[in-house]
Amino acid sequence: MFWFNGASNTRARVCSWDMRVRVLYFGVLKDLFGRSEELLELADGTSVGEMVMQYRGQGFGEAGIWQSIAVAVNQEYARGGDVLRDGDEVALLPPVSGGAC
Amino acid sequence: MLVEITNAVIDTVMVTAGMKAGADGAVCVFDGIVRDNTRGRRTLYLDYEAYQEMALEQMRGLAAESVTRFGVRDVALVHRLGRLMVGETSVLVVVASAHRGAAFDACRWLIDTLKKQVPIWKKEVFVDGAVWGAGEPFPAEMALHAGDDVEMLG
Repeated sequence: MFWFNGASNTRARVCSWDMRVRVLYFGVLKDLFGRSEELLELADGTSVGEMVMQYRGQGFGEAGIWQSIAVAVNQEYARGGDVLRDGDEVALLPPVSGGAC
Repeated sequence: MLVEITNAVIDTVMVTAGMKAGADGAVCVFDGIVRDNTRGRRTLYLDYEAYQEMALEQMRGLAAESVTRFGVRDVALVHRLGRLMVGETSVLVVVASAHRGAAFDACRWLIDTLKKQVPIWKKEVFVDGAVWGAGEPFPAEMALHAGDDVEMLG
């Protein structure tokens, strides 16, 4: 996984990372990352679940947050096994506002 | 159908009046307003944000589904974003129908479903801190269950 928005522009592109998706953060995740979106390079064939596991594995936030989110790809709710494609818009969605009934 | 996401004050009286037609025998309104506390902690205001394009699309889908599912005549679904003070309307659901049973059922289903699956979040700002509203878990068909390898990779 590779972030584009870092200050450094000297990072070499790794050949096997051959697709780029736009990730959107909302709610608690926007606060956690301090930004609302970024471009991410991923290995071809990466699934939604694998991408989330990479975030989780890098220790961002509490593990609980990654177990409670949903993911939308191109504005539709996605499953863990869905394979991402170059140019996808991938939104990481914390549980929505809810409230007691 | 009126489906809208707005940064402006929701005119609940005007929206409700605009929904009434001759064929209706009932108009059921849910007016969701900002409460002055959460579990006793005093609220100053709420900041609402949305994944706006997707939220609007989801709301359109729910409005259309409620008409077919409950047989009501027409539906208005309006959500406000931005900073809302205590007592202000954050979400308005209006259902117009020939009979009250369907109007009540559709209204309840719309607000409950919206709150589970439409991507809108609220940050609650208290006198002594702030927290993102703890939402309900996503319905099973939408949750990712990260960490459950079978679900994740299946």
